[in-house]
Amino acid sequence: MERDPGTCRCAGPWRSVNAMDVLDLARWQFGITTVYHFLMVPLTIGLSLLVAGMQTAWVRKGERRYLAMTKFWGKLLLINFAMGVVTGIVQEFQFGMAWNAYSRFVGDVFGAPLAMEGLVAFFVESTFLGLWIFGWDRLPKRVHLACAWAFSLATIASAYFILAANSWMQHPVGVELVDGRPRLTSIWAVLGNSTVLAAFPHAIAGAFAVAGSFLVGIAAWHLWKSSSDSAVWRSSVRLGAWVGVVAFAALVISGDQQSKLMFRQQPMKMASAEALCHTEQPAGFSVFAIGDVVTPDCENVKSITVPALLSFLANNDFDSKVTGVNDLVAAYQQRYGEFYPVDPRLGELSGKPIDYVPNLPVTYWGFRLMIGFGVLATLVGVAVLWLTRRGRVPRGRWFPLLALAGIATPFLANSFGWIFTEMGRQPFVVAPNPSGVDGVWMFTARAVSGMTVGEVLTSLIALTLVYGALAVVEVFLMRRYVRGGIAAVLPPPETSRPDDDVLSFAY
Amino acid sequence: MDLATVWFLIIALLWLGYLFLEGFDFGVGMLLPILGRDETSRRVLINTIGPVWDGNEVWLIVAAGATFAAFPGWYAGLFSAAYLPLLALLLALIGRGVAFEYRGKVDSPRWRSVWDNVITWGSAVAALGVGLVLSWNVLGLPIDAAGNRVGSPFAALRWDTLLGAVGVAGFALVHGAVFVALKTADPLRARARGLALRLLPVALLPLVALLLVAQLRTGSAWTWPAVAVVVLAAALAWLRLRSGREGQVFALLGVVAAATVVALFGALYPDVLPSTVDPAYSLTVAGAASSPYTLTVMTWVAAFGTPAVLVYQGWTYWGFRKRISTSHIPKAHTP
Repeated sequence: MERDPGTCRCAGPWRSVNAMDVLDLARWQFGITTVYHFLMVPLTIGLSLLVAGMQTAWVRKGERRYLAMTKFWGKLLLINFAMGVVTGIVQEFQFGMAWNAYSRFVGDVFGAPLAMEGLVAFFVESTFLGLWIFGWDRLPKRVHLACAWAFSLATIASAYFILAANSWMQHPVGVELVDGRPRLTSIWAVLGNSTVLAAFPHAIAGAFAVAGSFLVGIAAWHLWKSSSDSAVWRSSVRLGAWVGVVAFAALVISGDQQSKLMFRQQPMKMASAEALCHTEQPAGFSVFAIGDVVTPDCENVKSITVPALLSFLANNDFDSKVTGVNDLVAAYQQRYGEFYPVDPRLGELSGKPIDYVPNLPVTYWGFRLMIGFGVLATLVGVAVLWLTRRGRVPRGRWFPLLALAGIATPFLANSFGWIFTEMGRQPFVVAPNPSGVDGVWMFTARAVSGMTVGEVLTSLIALTLVYGALAVVEVFLMRRYVRGGIAAVLPPPETSRPDDDVLSFAY
Repeated sequence: MDLATVWFLIIALLWLGYLFLEGFDFGVGMLLPILGRDETSRRVLINTIGPVWDGNEVWLIVAAGATFAAFPGWYAGLFSAAYLPLLALLLALIGRGVAFEYRGKVDSPRWRSVWDNVITWGSAVAALGVGLVLSWNVLGLPIDAAGNRVGSPFAALRWDTLLGAVGVAGFALVHGAVFVALKTADPLRARARGLALRLLPVALLPLVALLLVAQLRTGSAWTWPAVAVVVLAAALAWLRLRSGREGQVFALLGVVAAATVVALFGALYPDVLPSTVDPAYSLTVAGAASSPYTLTVMTWVAAFGTPAVLVYQGWTYWGFRKRISTSHIPKAHTP
């Protein structure tokens, strides 16, 4: 008895009258909740490790400056960490709630890294974070420091597992097809997927770029404003700027590797990144476009084209051919079909032609904004390194404004990068592996649960409102603690002789 | 025993960990306005669970992840069918999680009272939501042959599943009161103990009723003792509580939680997701399991991961074992 979503015996908005609406709403929900979640994640990952490093410096050298840095940046880390944790639960539940056909299809493979993430990473992260927060002055110094490293490294482990899961959706490996569903044949192939090996360094470098700019922006403002604790702020600015610049180098190298891989694994995504409608040899890279990149034929709106650069990005040379969207469409149609199957669960898409071209304006601009904001973040970092050389501090008001505005750039670069790579995979949720097992791919339209419009609308609105409100609260608290400076997190030395009975930290 | 059954047991074990651990932190959250009559005692209450609530919550996340990995159809069917209850659970968990961390970050009574309300109501809704989804899973959902829900999004709201919701929330209340009695010093300790004594006989009744319903519908001979253990352990807990032995009472509530999980998952077995439309549509342990290879991989991970988790989570509880009193609470230090 195949369920027809149109015949639900319920009334009003709780009827799934239009499968398209459900699909669109579910996609918006996944997009909003994921992009939002990924605002917290890179800051948590990058800052966790930097704070663990600061605490290590304090334990080894005993300078108050490092303690102050650990406490100050640690407090901002905790404000952010809480949001990352709670918005992460939504991600795990959402697969089953809104994408149950997807979950059934991929469960044999995709569930494993998710469960490992929980069992290996989340338990360590949550337990040792708790120990770290409450363990100040209670645990031996080195044990307390080990707790910081434990939860920091757990965030890295967590990133690896979830990126392995995501990379499998981009490039399914290690499976066979049994009864129309992929079945895991090698967990090592999934965890060692070439896609995750390229995506992981890129994502981690992105996280450090975020943390670096965060340090630079806030510490530069303090450095400029106050004379107190200037050693703390100077160390933070220099550390953040160096981290940001090194992260950028890592981003360029890993991004280049990823792009070459992606040209082979998902040629349509990369052709869409360039909005390359026609095959070119050698292929140029356009820096920006004025007008709609889709019409009339993707070409005459593009400005400033760097000759042969796309050939280099794809194949490491300056004369090779890069296949355009139009030629790829024909190949995809031949290999993966021209029409969606006739299935009432597909709603309006049932029996319709499959559109293999991702949303080109989104992929084209997403790719450029990712790179552009990444470059901007680095320029700010380099400028700050130069401006603060040998104990200098620029006195102009533009200095803190530049550094503070710089905080936004790597966040935006991360978001646009993810929007590009996820939208560039469409219309697939599991993209086909050109050299993989035939039949291991899934259209996004087939992945969604048969829930009602009312359900998905309720969750979309509720989550968006709650997330919006929490964003306001987080920014409000961050601002308060940033302004509070060191005094807010570290009592002056003479008063810090605690009564034995009183906890050094309590909620 | 085949690996599918092993994973059914592991998932039951994860549920036990979750109910036992987060049970008391839900309870502490719900009792915040009742036991915490002033700001300092509210802070004592929150700090009893401060270092551990997040780790407790991970048991649910891992239970969900393990269900996804070991029984994809179970995860997909339950989570999509229980869409709105899970949404409520998620919103509640988001709220209380942020509230614990943010409550003390601004020194203002209004700010704190907003977050206190979020903790209390978030804990209550989350406990009810967990109970609703768990009992709906055990007692059966209207799913078709494909494992999809037929009928309204509110199909979960039946008298028997509502009993389950109140049952879990009731257990959490008692467990939370006992935990506070175990972890604090007088006068909070005495207040919590008195409350637990009055609560216990009433608040555990819905849970026992749920177990009887599940037992009468799909229980087997060997799950009756589990129901009996719940009743006996609860009675014994009440007696030990009268003598002021909070540690023993807390352990006995662990026995209640364990026997509850045995009774519920025993009644569920060999199904993982029973259909109320047609028993032929029910997902079973054997039918819904992932491939033997996936289960083997997951078994290795669990075999090394789970003992490690128990050790370091146990170490955390040991490290923070001291009772907390109002004199331990430092002055608010915020910007």
